[in-house]
Amino acid sequence: MASTRRLRARGPAPSVVFAALGDETRLALVARLAAGGAASITELTEHSRLARQSRLTRQAITKHLRVLQRARMVRCVRAGRESRFELDPRPLSEIEEYIQRVSREWDAALARLKAFVED
Amino acid sequence: MVPDKIEKRIELKAPVARVWQALTDYHQFGEWFRVALTEPFLVSTTVRGHILHPGYEHVVWEARIEQMIEEELFSFTWAQPKSLAKEHYKPDYTGEPRTLVEFWLQATENGTLLTVTETGFSKLPDDRREQNYKGNDGGWAQQMTNIEVYLGEHA
Repeated sequence: MASTRRLRARGPAPSVVFAALGDETRLALVARLAAGGAASITELTEHSRLARQSRLTRQAITKHLRVLQRARMVRCVRAGRESRFELDPRPLSEIEEYIQRVSREWDAALARLKAFVED
Repeated sequence: MVPDKIEKRIELKAPVARVWQALTDYHQFGEWFRVALTEPFLVSTTVRGHILHPGYEHVVWEARIEQMIEEELFSFTWAQPKSLAKEHYKPDYTGEPRTLVEFWLQATENGTLLTVTETGFSKLPDDRREQNYKGNDGGWAQQMTNIEVYLGEHA
C-alpha cells in the first residue's frame, strides 16, 4: 500500500540519498570514485580542482565525503597509514528498488479503488 | 536510470461522479487507501490520519490538498517521515522532499479512465535545493543518469 512504502527499506531513507546527490561537488566525487576506484583525500581534492576548476580545500572535500558517508554511498578504508574512500553503489540501486516498490504499491491501491467503486 | 515519475492508468467501470466521490470524500478515500482520516479534504489544508496497517498504526499519513477541480483533477503532496520504526518515529516531515500525486479523471464509454501520477522523487528539500542549484536545474537528473549508466556497466 502506498502509505507504508518505506516499511521494508533497509538502507538510508531515499530522501537522504537524493539529498546527498543533490550537490555538484558530491556528484563529481561519486563519479570519480565510480570511475577510478578508491582514492585518498589528496587525490580527490586534486581531481576536484582539475575537473571542476574549483578551489575546494581538503577540509571542504572531507565535509562532502562525510555527507556521502552518512548516506552510506561512500565508505572509508584504511590502507596502511592512509585513509582511502570507496564507493558503495547499493544506496543507488535501493533508490531504484524504492521507485519500483512505490509503483507496485500504487497498483495494489488502485486495485482496491477499482473494487471499491465497481461494487 | 532512476525515473522521477510514476504514471498509472486504470479503466474503472463506474461513472466519473462515483470515482470523484471515492477519491475526494475522506471516508471513502481512507477506506481503499487504508488510512484513518477524520477531516474532510479542502484545498490548501493539511490532513492527517493514522495508517491502517498492522504494526504501523503509530505512523501518521499527512497530505496537503493541492487541487480539487470537480470530476476532473484531485491532487495532494505528501512526504514520508524520517523513520517509521516505532522507537524512532516522530511525525516530523520537515525537510523531507514532498511528492505530488495527481488523479486525473476522464469519462469513457464504459465508465472512467483514471490516470494517477506521482512526481518529484528526486526533488530535494527546498532549502537545500536553493543552496545547491543556482540556475542549474536538471543537472542532478543528468548526473544521476550518468552515474547509473556507469555503475550498470562497471558493477
